[in-house]
Amino acid sequence: MMTRLLALLLALALPGLAAQPALAQDGPLRIEITEGVIEPLPFAVPDFVSEGGGGDWGAQLSRVVAEDLTGTGLFREVPASAYISSITSFGSPVQFSDWKAINAQALITGAVSVSGQSLTVKFRLYDVFSGQEMGSGLQFQGTTDGWRRMAHKVADAVYSRITGEGGYFDSRVVFVSEQGPKDDRRKRLAIMDYDGANIQYLTDSSSIVLAPRFSPNGDRVLYTSYETGFPRIYMLDVGSVQRRALPETPGNMTFAPRFSPDGGTVVFSVEQGGNTDIYAMDVASGSTRRLTEAPSIETGPSFSPDGSKIVFESDRSGTQQLYVMPAGGGQAERISFGQGRYGTPVWSPRGDLIAFTKQSKGRFHIGVMRTDGSEERLLTASFLDEGPTWAPNGRVIMFTRETQGASGQASLYSVDVSGRNLKPVRTPAGASDPSWGPLQQ
Amino acid sequence: MTMRLLSRAVLLTGLMALAACTNPDRFAGGAGGMNGGAGAGAGMGAGAAGTVSDPTSPVYFQQAIGDRVLFSVDQSSLTPEAQTTLRGQAEWLMTNADYTAVIEGHADEQGTREYNLALGARRANAVREFLVAQGVAPNRLRTVSYGKERPIEICSEEACYAKNRRAVTVIAAGGLTS
Repeated sequence: MMTRLLALLLALALPGLAAQPALAQDGPLRIEITEGVIEPLPFAVPDFVSEGGGGDWGAQLSRVVAEDLTGTGLFREVPASAYISSITSFGSPVQFSDWKAINAQALITGAVSVSGQSLTVKFRLYDVFSGQEMGSGLQFQGTTDGWRRMAHKVADAVYSRITGEGGYFDSRVVFVSEQGPKDDRRKRLAIMDYDGANIQYLTDSSSIVLAPRFSPNGDRVLYTSYETGFPRIYMLDVGSVQRRALPETPGNMTFAPRFSPDGGTVVFSVEQGGNTDIYAMDVASGSTRRLTEAPSIETGPSFSPDGSKIVFESDRSGTQQLYVMPAGGGQAERISFGQGRYGTPVWSPRGDLIAFTKQSKGRFHIGVMRTDGSEERLLTASFLDEGPTWAPNGRVIMFTRETQGASGQASLYSVDVSGRNLKPVRTPAGASDPSWGPLQQ
Repeated sequence: MTMRLLSRAVLLTGLMALAACTNPDRFAGGAGGMNGGAGAGAGMGAGAAGTVSDPTSPVYFQQAIGDRVLFSVDQSSLTPEAQTTLRGQAEWLMTNADYTAVIEGHADEQGTREYNLALGARRANAVREFLVAQGVAPNRLRTVSYGKERPIEICSEEACYAKNRRAVTVIAAGGLTS
């Protein structure tokens, strides 16, 4: 279990600086995340200054902040080799002309102090060209073990102030770690930071495990396992790594689970006599009710963030397509009408879009559409892309990409909702079925 | 309820362990082979019980009658060829009444994971319904789907996909019902 932060987001009343509130609405330091191509914003993040306790924390923290920001594709780091002046004291006035000269439009300064296992990090963000601080300085306190989380929190704050969007760096991903060839693949559940750091395994590889999904606050994971020789759904407590099987009727296969936004309900598929339908279970009582009743395959349910609707896939029309129904079941409306098959719909945490897997003309795509099915956009194309999951801010999607042929391997990729910045997510072995958790508290 | 579940689980585990010895699709290697987590021994006839010359043996069922039927892309309907195989399976099962069977449904890799699980279940069930219609007692037949998790052929071409879109009838000794 990761070490928890002792205290969060203590706003610092920093002396000697004008407390200019946040952003001027037309200030130069603003990235509007649109679908157009953008020029990455140049920033500098010198090594954080040590304010006691020793160690190399300052350099390590600033590196993670830089990786987070450049990893978005929206920022570009000005390398330290270009610096004219250095930051030797967190409190001293910044020589803006020196940073302007190297075209660093944003400057992030920080300081770190260590006392035993306790690590305190503070930072300031400057708009170099206007010569002003953006927002006020922030301080985070945690443990040395959780040092990367504090760097992620700094980067989240910077990202958020400059883009106006929520951050996503201090988050985790649960996924299936894969090893071995296609006809002898070993799978086990794993959890890691969004950037692949701090990987931890949650099951061994003695049973097939599939499609884990985080609870809304990240404390639990639902997944499907063949532990008994028969696929059924388990709920795992992330902190204790204890798991329990959800109640089921023997002989009925259960799979494709997902939590409701309040974490109190699980929707999932039940297969009975070859027919698959969607059910909902109250987590506390275990009581179950049926939401669809059709002779076709109904699976992949995902709640809207307000909990009122469920998007799912069904082949009731003859091919896999996407449908939206009330959360309690009832009349479903088809929303996908393009050429090809649509599956694995996932509602964006912002509520505005639904991400999906599309199969068309022998290719797989990750795409997004509005919740009424309009404005479909395909973000990727490959031999096999599937299973999108949303970053907590609804701006980035992670998914599984499997390569072709006898030596085919699965790995994780992420892509911006605009279709830009497609890149692999670093994992130590093969990986599939990511589920992106919430921003950590 | 708990006891009943438990006994079923134990029974199933026993069945699967047995099945591991009788079917090339089973994953007999390594610990936990009964739950499909270990390696897929794809060698034909490896470890099957009995000999092919003994018509009452599971290996005869597997190799002489044919333990599997194949499906078209995204389909679960039984081809005439599949029906011929299944008539043979039904006859064998009715003659050898001490055996039960688990029907495993599979899909090729051209599909999303959860849909393929449902599709594999549909295929397994199509086989089960056919066998029951031929006169095999329903309580001797169980189904399980592996979706696209257990291919036996690993190329990304139709020649391999065709063999992976299958339902395999795995013979086991002993009763299924509890």
